[in-house]
Amino acid sequence: MENSHSTTAHHGGEKDFSTKAIWKTFRILLYITIFELILAIGYYEIDFSNRELVKHILNGVFIILTLAKAFFIVAEFMHLGHEIKNLIMTIVVPLLLFVWFIAAFLWDGDSYKNLRNQYDRNHFEQSKVKMEKKEHGHGEGVKKEHGVE
Amino acid sequence: MAQAVPAEQKWWSGGKSPFNVEYGKLMMWYFLMSDAFTFGAFLISYGTIRFSSNSWPDPNEVFKSFPVIGEMSIPLAFVSLMTFILIMSSVTMVLAVTAGHQNDRKGVMKWMFFTIIGGIAFLSCQAWEWSHLHHQGAWWGSNPFNNIDGSAASTNFSNFFFTITGFHGFHVFSGVVINIIMLIMTYLGVFDRRGHYAMIEKAGLYWHFVDLVWVFVFTCFYLF
Repeated sequence: MENSHSTTAHHGGEKDFSTKAIWKTFRILLYITIFELILAIGYYEIDFSNRELVKHILNGVFIILTLAKAFFIVAEFMHLGHEIKNLIMTIVVPLLLFVWFIAAFLWDGDSYKNLRNQYDRNHFEQSKVKMEKKEHGHGEGVKKEHGVE
Repeated sequence: MAQAVPAEQKWWSGGKSPFNVEYGKLMMWYFLMSDAFTFGAFLISYGTIRFSSNSWPDPNEVFKSFPVIGEMSIPLAFVSLMTFILIMSSVTMVLAVTAGHQNDRKGVMKWMFFTIIGGIAFLSCQAWEWSHLHHQGAWWGSNPFNNIDGSAASTNFSNFFFTITGFHGFHVFSGVVINIIMLIMTYLGVFDRRGHYAMIEKAGLYWHFVDLVWVFVFTCFYLF
């Protein structure tokens, strides 16, 4: 396995990590996380008139920011962005399966919910019954059986 | 790709590794890819169940506690601390890999040590969070929290929460064990005799992957 020597030949040159780039990536990850938290807590504190819509937009923003964080971790920390293109492709292309995977299964869950609400009215009405706000302090009486299963 | 590769260099004509990485590192990448599918399947099944439910518990309500400060209502503060710890330990891991490239044994040991501390700190936080939720009555098959619209929640929420964060925590735990082994091997001078610190790099890939998965777990459970 003669190519194992190539690992020793790494240092120096552009294949190496620069400490500056590492801290820059760290700062980007930190800022994105703080920004996400501000959005999440802001949503919790502020009273919007149409919470549903705001939540959907926020979720979209969270997905984009999460993917951005994933990109920085994989490309910089895991150094994949600096490998040979063929290697990048063998890792990234199979992951494209996730596009189908996520779309198909979330769609399926949503369809199941709608069909069940439509044909099992009892389930639908039960799921709208409000519970009194429980004081969850010390764990007694919380093993409730709920008929809606 | 950004390296100085002459345009007409033939990577596939034999005599050299077409991916220009060591075998073990390449296989680590493929292992991580398969592991990504495992975690992906978990998170997608969580998403499917959540999409099939009329309502779901509010993470801001469930995850608002902080140790010592107690029931003070700062939503998501504790989990942000956990996220920060994990990202921080990822940084120390890259610094260990960098030191390894320079064959700097002292540096590798120092940064590996900090990485292990970060991993243990994360695991401790998670242990606290689990035991806190357990005291509130949440466990596999039991969920004390109501849905966000005030209706009764099924146990799906806690089942998925404990299964997925547990599976991730187990990865963190094995990562810490691997890092400890790497630290001992560094201390014994194994990599100096070998002439390179490629093993640190492979352990680093695994450790960053754990951090990567947490980014997704964090979004799916705490932000959505």
